[in-house]
Amino acid sequence: MDFIISFLEQGLIYGVLALGVYITYKILDFPDLSVDGTFPLGASVTATLIVKGVNPYLTLLIAFAVGIAAGICTGLIHVKCQVRDLLAGIIMMTALWTINLRIAGTANVPMLSQQTIFKNDLLGAIVPTGISGYVKILMIVVLALICKLLLDGYLKTKSGYLLRAVGDNDILVTSLAKDQGNVKILGLAIANGLVALAGSMFCQYQRVFDISMGTGAVVIGLASVIIGTSILKKLTFFKPTTAVLFGAVIYMACVALALKKCTPQDTKLITAALLLIVLVVSRGRRKKVKTNA
Amino acid sequence: MLELKNIHKLYNPGTVNEICLFEDFNLTVNKGEFVSVVGSNGSGKTSMLNIICGSIPIESGTILVNDKNITKEKEFKRNERIGRVYQNPAMGTCPSMTILENMSLADNKGKMYGLGRGTNKDRINYYKEQLSLLGLGLEDKINIMVGSLSGGQRQAMALLMSTMTPIKFLILDEHTAALDPKTAELIMELTDRVIKEKDLTTIMVTHNLRYAIEYGNRLIMMHQGKCVMDKAGDEKQSMSTDDVLRLFNEISIECGN
Repeated sequence: MDFIISFLEQGLIYGVLALGVYITYKILDFPDLSVDGTFPLGASVTATLIVKGVNPYLTLLIAFAVGIAAGICTGLIHVKCQVRDLLAGIIMMTALWTINLRIAGTANVPMLSQQTIFKNDLLGAIVPTGISGYVKILMIVVLALICKLLLDGYLKTKSGYLLRAVGDNDILVTSLAKDQGNVKILGLAIANGLVALAGSMFCQYQRVFDISMGTGAVVIGLASVIIGTSILKKLTFFKPTTAVLFGAVIYMACVALALKKCTPQDTKLITAALLLIVLVVSRGRRKKVKTNA
Repeated sequence: MLELKNIHKLYNPGTVNEICLFEDFNLTVNKGEFVSVVGSNGSGKTSMLNIICGSIPIESGTILVNDKNITKEKEFKRNERIGRVYQNPAMGTCPSMTILENMSLADNKGKMYGLGRGTNKDRINYYKEQLSLLGLGLEDKINIMVGSLSGGQRQAMALLMSTMTPIKFLILDEHTAALDPKTAELIMELTDRVIKEKDLTTIMVTHNLRYAIEYGNRLIMMHQGKCVMDKAGDEKQSMSTDDVLRLFNEISIECGN
């Protein structure tokens, strides 16, 4: 039981990150590597603020806002400086490493006794002792659902329609008398906001900020998106955002299972192998679609 | 009224491959005119459309719309008053969005794309009505992805979408070229109907000489960045496909084709 709850918790936190990656990778068709920097960015901002005694729930919003700012930077580099999408992400990712270190002050910030969104005086007062073991998972489920529902709602607005259109056919956006560059920047902003929010949740969950926690974040996000959208593709009553959350949980379950046999050192290799398998399996299907089109 | 004045356009400027397409090119299109443009490949037809729409930069010259200089205006800004249908049916629609979503997007052109509901439910009947005018049965499948429609259906939608909001100019870039003869005929009839209904000033590039003769009230033939023929009104009405073809051949022989 503990095993299941632990990968559900981690899976859903990474699910929020995957929602962000879903926006860039699937909707905008923009492979955004800045995720590797914005995930720890959210964490470093959160850890610093929490150590200073800021309300942990407020840090979620601040992390989201800081992520938006970073996403706008990636967008500006890509759109205004006309740097290719992959390189724009790499530039931001590299810059953010230093920025994260500067924000946190050191490479490692523990939060052993501080209040977090999972453990604070307020929760301690209102939550009955019987279910206190499930506070973490409940909190994560609520946050992940809020993110998913807000994103679903946003994608149904006029602005959301335009965002979906720009990844699909940017010429149409220009035809609609809108600057496609600005729409791309907006998409990157929201995506990186979500990623930083996930980073904030993750560091409060682990009670530590570590500078290297972002390494491979983009791969986890991609794997979740691809697993989710390709496995649950047949079940059309699932929204893609739901599929992405499921994908992240499935991904974490696979990693957790694999780790039972291996050591934590093997995590990255397992991740890479898993992503490769999913890509190869889903490739056959994509080819079919293309030949039909 | 649309005016192109003293347009100079170079391709690959500053390199050994420098090609001068337009040298002091001028064109005036009056309000309500439906201009058909014909010409061989590389004569500058599509480049002219791209210059009007702002898709490509020019070296010098002025573009005026109703005496207002729009030369410096960005492409997306110009599109507020221009509707454009491309040769490739995929360019006028969003394949992974539904017909309804595509219609809603087009319906909002010129307004803010804010946080309001993407599809206005009160407009759905209007969209269905518009789609039924196409006669393709699209009104019954408004919730399917546009990507699963045929090229002709998508082009019909692209035409509908680009003319849905009040625009002044319609730019048609070989918009029937990728379609089978029957669908092309249908799209051409639709185009003519929309233009007459909405009284749009139109520039249509086409390789189909019959369409160029049959439709529109002015005919231009372009060759090596110049207008070699410009007939309007009665003069145009009295022309036949053979007349155009003859001139076309003369030009081609000059080039050694």
